[in-house]
Amino acid sequence: MLIIGVGNPDRSDDAAGLLVARRLRELGIDAQEHTGDPLALIDAWDEAGEAILIDTVVTGASPGTITKWDAADTPLLPDPFCCSTHGFGVAEAVEIARRLGRLPARLLIYGIEGASFEIGGALSVEVVAAVERVAEEIAKIDLVGQPFWAASQPSGWLEPLESGSAS
Amino acid sequence: MSSTAAKSRTIKVDCLARVEGEGALFVKMKGDRITDVKLKIFEPPRLFEAFLRGRHFSEVPDIVARICGICPIAYQMSAVHAIERALGVKVDPAVRLLRRLFYCGEWIESHALHIFMLHAPDFLGYPDAIQMARDYRAVVEQALRLKKIGNRIVTLMGGREIHPVSVAVGGFYRVPARSELNPLLEDLKWALDASLQSVKLVAGFEFPDFEQPYEFVSLSHPDEYPFNEGRLISNKGLDIDVAEYEEHFVEQHVKHSNALQSVLRPRGSYMVGPLARFNLNFARLPEVAQQAAREAGLSVPSNNPFRSIIARAVEMVFACWEAIRIVEAYEPPATPRAAVSVHAGVGCAATEAPRGTLYHRYRIDDQGLVQFAKIVPPTSQNQKRMEEDLWQFVPRLANRPTDEVTWKCEQALRNYDPCISCATHFLRLHLERE
Repeated sequence: MLIIGVGNPDRSDDAAGLLVARRLRELGIDAQEHTGDPLALIDAWDEAGEAILIDTVVTGASPGTITKWDAADTPLLPDPFCCSTHGFGVAEAVEIARRLGRLPARLLIYGIEGASFEIGGALSVEVVAAVERVAEEIAKIDLVGQPFWAASQPSGWLEPLESGSAS
Repeated sequence: MSSTAAKSRTIKVDCLARVEGEGALFVKMKGDRITDVKLKIFEPPRLFEAFLRGRHFSEVPDIVARICGICPIAYQMSAVHAIERALGVKVDPAVRLLRRLFYCGEWIESHALHIFMLHAPDFLGYPDAIQMARDYRAVVEQALRLKKIGNRIVTLMGGREIHPVSVAVGGFYRVPARSELNPLLEDLKWALDASLQSVKLVAGFEFPDFEQPYEFVSLSHPDEYPFNEGRLISNKGLDIDVAEYEEHFVEQHVKHSNALQSVLRPRGSYMVGPLARFNLNFARLPEVAQQAAREAGLSVPSNNPFRSIIARAVEMVFACWEAIRIVEAYEPPATPRAAVSVHAGVGCAATEAPRGTLYHRYRIDDQGLVQFAKIVPPTSQNQKRMEEDLWQFVPRLANRPTDEVTWKCEQALRNYDPCISCATHFLRLHLERE
């Protein structure tokens, strides 16, 4: 299974996806970091039957809120993903791939609600906690070795799974 | 029709789509008369010029690369050339060729993105490339592969595809071995064919019958289609050394925009970018690109801004051809970068970014610290011309419904592939009809 963390390491909470990938590697799980052209994600997941993608989202929920859904079933609205180049971000890459028939059979997306996107700024405390929780959950999926849709119940479009402010 | 003529309306695009950065367009009409056009750029000023002050010259290429995610190489190239002029650095001819190859990569990825993903949907009648992908699957696949090939050159030369890290004053921190460049050839040959097909495809689009007496400005080099050097010329008599740039080009602040508008004294607005370069440098294009342009019906001068999409595709042909030429003949430089001796100095340079001429000037002190920096990106140079295009273009749409006017206005702006993030140093449209 392909696991990709997406983000910008220099824009505070936008680094969350990258940090999940790093944490997973510390746990001995293969995970990639993607900081470049979002359209290149289509090539990255081409060969993968299943993929997990982790990115920061902005939906208005409280910081650190974790949302997950299977993009193979649920069209993505571009708005929640914060960073893109010339208007091409993760959502556009997923939707173009869908129309080209190049989405993995399953593409589980973890969205971590960000609050601060300052250049060079620190991550919000709630986002740091969410990074750890997402990494733990993906590790469980990976280590159990079963298809992730059996291990977890993807929620619908942006229904919060857990609230970052609860802890 | 007279009742329509008396009606006034305002067209507003609150957030322009498919352009980089944050901006809005405001068009006010009274009947078929246009009473106001404002391209409002509200992306906050990014103050790069200010925070370059006090930094060591060697840091400049890495800092300016952050100005743009699409054309970081352009910023790096203009910066290093300006600083090399200030410090009197001579670069190895092999380094010069590698810089051209690097620029080819940026042109291929940037042009492929704009032609297919941002501008083609306007001509083919889709709100965006995602909707277009359903019916034009092969075209979008081709665009993605072209873009990937451009990215591959940039990654190979620059260490990574966005904000590359290899560019140094005097050359590169690392240059590739022949064995690293050779594998590009197969992809580049495919890309050349794909670019030729792209020219044919976009030449078949329908273009509004709209021409303007533009002043086109670009670099011009006696032997080459311009990337990194040359004199600045125009079709209206400008022919200057880049050192004279600020005597002829003036940046003006206008109240409705956070980006400065650049004008050419004494004539005013002008156009930079693919159509300008094509019109001024046709003779320097390789035969394969000239032939493609002729078959596409793009002749010199071409004064229809909507046909800039063809010029952009012709430039993609050029960039692939040039990259093949450089890779096939590549011999690594003796050293990756020339030695630089520090002394106080002032230097300026202009290079041809995908969107047009990009001017930089730096003043450096005897410690090698930047005392002053000036950066004039292509979008601020095209800004006034974009507004003037709309002054002329919108009246002919007077009897059309507001949503169609809005669409056409956005399409007209996208002729310039505006990069508003770069210029602030994006777009919403307001059309007001009374």
